[in-house]
Amino acid sequence: MTTHTIRRVSAARRLKDRLVQTLVYLAFAVAVIPLISVLWLVIKNGLARFDLDFLTHSMRGIGARDVGGGAYHAILGTLEQVLLASLISVPIGLLTAIYLVEYGRGGRLSRAISFFVDVMTGIPSVVAGLFVLAFWVLALGMPFSGFAGALALSILMMPTVVRSTEEMLLLVPNDLREASYALGVPKWRTIVKVVLPTAFTGIVTGVMLAIARVAGETAPLMLTVFFTDSINSDPFSGPQMGLPLYVFDQARRPTDIAIDRAWTGALTLILIVMLLNLVARLIAWWRSPARGR
Amino acid sequence: MAATVHTRDGGSALGRSASRRSRGETPFRYASTGAGILLLAIMAAIAVFLVVEAIPALRANTGGFFTTQTWEPNATRPSFGIAALAFGTVFSALLALIMAVPVAVGVALFISHYAPRRLAGVLGYVVDLLAAVPSVVYGLWGITFLAPFMVGPSNFLHDHLGFIPLFGGDIVAGRSVLTASLVLAVMILPIIAAISREVFLQVPRAHEEAALALGATRWEVIRMAVLPYGRPGVISAAMLGLGRAMGETIAVALIFQATFDISLRILTPQGNSIAANIANRFGEATQTGRGALIASGLVLFVITLLVNMGARLIVARRKEFSGAAA
Repeated sequence: MTTHTIRRVSAARRLKDRLVQTLVYLAFAVAVIPLISVLWLVIKNGLARFDLDFLTHSMRGIGARDVGGGAYHAILGTLEQVLLASLISVPIGLLTAIYLVEYGRGGRLSRAISFFVDVMTGIPSVVAGLFVLAFWVLALGMPFSGFAGALALSILMMPTVVRSTEEMLLLVPNDLREASYALGVPKWRTIVKVVLPTAFTGIVTGVMLAIARVAGETAPLMLTVFFTDSINSDPFSGPQMGLPLYVFDQARRPTDIAIDRAWTGALTLILIVMLLNLVARLIAWWRSPARGR
Repeated sequence: MAATVHTRDGGSALGRSASRRSRGETPFRYASTGAGILLLAIMAAIAVFLVVEAIPALRANTGGFFTTQTWEPNATRPSFGIAALAFGTVFSALLALIMAVPVAVGVALFISHYAPRRLAGVLGYVVDLLAAVPSVVYGLWGITFLAPFMVGPSNFLHDHLGFIPLFGGDIVAGRSVLTASLVLAVMILPIIAAISREVFLQVPRAHEEAALALGATRWEVIRMAVLPYGRPGVISAAMLGLGRAMGETIAVALIFQATFDISLRILTPQGNSIAANIANRFGEATQTGRGALIASGLVLFVITLLVNMGARLIVARRKEFSGAAA
C-alpha cells in the first residue's frame, strides 16, 4: 500500500461548510435589502416635492386637501433644537469623560458614573421625553418649547458624547501627560492644552455622530415641543416643530398629498443625518494616524 | 498613575509662578467631578419625577393599573391599565429579536470571517447605515410599503399554517404585529450585528489556528472556536437589541392598530405597545391622561433598565473571566 496522504475533507463536512457559507452570505443580503428598499423609496417618493417651495414655506394656512406647503418651520426648529441640545450636552459630556479618564480612574464614584452612563445609553427616547414633560412642563410649569425639546435630546446625547470622548482620551499616550507634568504644568492645564487638542478630532467625530443620532428622534420632541404649523424661530417660547415630528404628523394624515410631504420631509431628514455622519467620518479619516480601516 | 499624582502635588510647591498657574486646578477638578455627579443626578431625577407625576393619576385610577386592559384616563371615572400594553411591548420585541438575531449573527460572521478583508470595513459601514436611518422614516416605510407588501405573505401563512394560534384569526391585515416586529427587527439588527462583530473579531487567533491545524473546515472553526467565545457577547448584544425594540416608539406607533387585547395572533389587525400608546394618546391627554402616560412610561423605563443592566452585567462578567474588553 502506498503511504497515507492527508485525507480530503469528507463530502458531508464540505457540504455543511458550503451550506453555512451560503447562509452567511444570504444573511448579509437579507440585511441590506431593507436598507436599499428604504433609501430607494425615500429618494423616489421624496424627490417629487423636493423643491424650493418645500424648503422655504411652512404649513401655515394649508388646508387638509391643499397642495403645497413645506417644512421650513420644521427644519428651522430641528436645527435650533439640535444646536441647543449640543450646547447643553457637549460640555457636560466632555467634563464627565475628563473626570472618568483623568481624575476618577477606577474609583467608586467613577465606576458608578461609568455604569450609569451605559444604562443611560439604553433609555428609550420616549422616556427621556416623558421625563422632561414631567419635570420641566408639569412640575416646573414651563411651557412646551423648542428648549424643552432640546433638554430631552440632550439627555439622549450625553451618554454618547461621554463614551466616545472617553474612548478618545484613553487613546492619548500617557507619555504626553507626563512630559507636560515634567515641565511643571499643572494637571488641568495639561488636560486643556495637551490632552484635549490631541484627542480633538476624535471628540469632534463622536459629537457629530451623537448629533446625527438625536437629529432623527421624534418621540421626545412630540412630548416636549408639541406641534405647530407656523414658523416659530424662538426656541424659548411657544410650540415649535421638528423635522422628524413633521414627517410623523404628515404620515398620519389620510391624503396622498400629505404622504408626499412626509416622504420629502424624510428625504430632507436623511440628507441632514447622512451629511452629519459623512462629515464625522471625514474628520475621523482625515486626521486618523493610521488611514484605512 | 502614581507618578502623575506625585507630580501634581509637587507642582504646587515649585514656586509662585507655578502656584499661580495651578490656581485653576481646583475649579476644573470640581467642574469635571460635578458634571459626572450631574449625570447621576439626572438618572435619579428621571426615576423620581416620573414617579411624582404618575402618582396623582394612579390615585384617580378606578381600574387596576397592572390588570386593566383599557386606556380611558380622560373619562370622569378614569380607568386604565398597562396589561395589554406591556404584553404587546414584550411580545413584539421578542418576535423582532427572534427574527433579527440569526440574521445579525450571520452578518457579523460575514464581516468578521467571510468577506474579503479589504471589503469588510466598507460592508460594516453599510450595515451601520441601517442604524442611521431615523425611526420615523422606518415608520413611513412600514405603513406605505411594508404593510401592503406583507398582505400576500400573511395570507399565505394564514391559509397554510392557520391552525397554529400564532397565525390564526379571522381577518388578515398588513398593519399587524408581524409587520411591526419586522420593522423592529430591521431597526435593531445593526446594533446586534455591530457588537457581535466586535466580539467575533476578538477571538484569540490561537484558538482559530488551533482548530484549523486540526483540519477543521471554516464552519467547524466558527462552531468550535468563534461561537463559544463570542456567545456571552452575542447574548448581551441581543439583550441590548431587546431593550431598543421595547423602547422604539414612532415606527410602531404608525403601524400598530392600537387595540387593547392580549392575543398571540400576529397577522390580525391589532397590536400596541407602551411607547406607541404614549405617542398616539399624548395629543388628546388631559391632566390625568398625561399622568397615566407617564405612569406607563415609568413601567417601560423599569423594564428596559432591567434588560440593559442584565446585558451590561453579562459583558462585565465576561470581561473578568477573559480579560478582553467588550
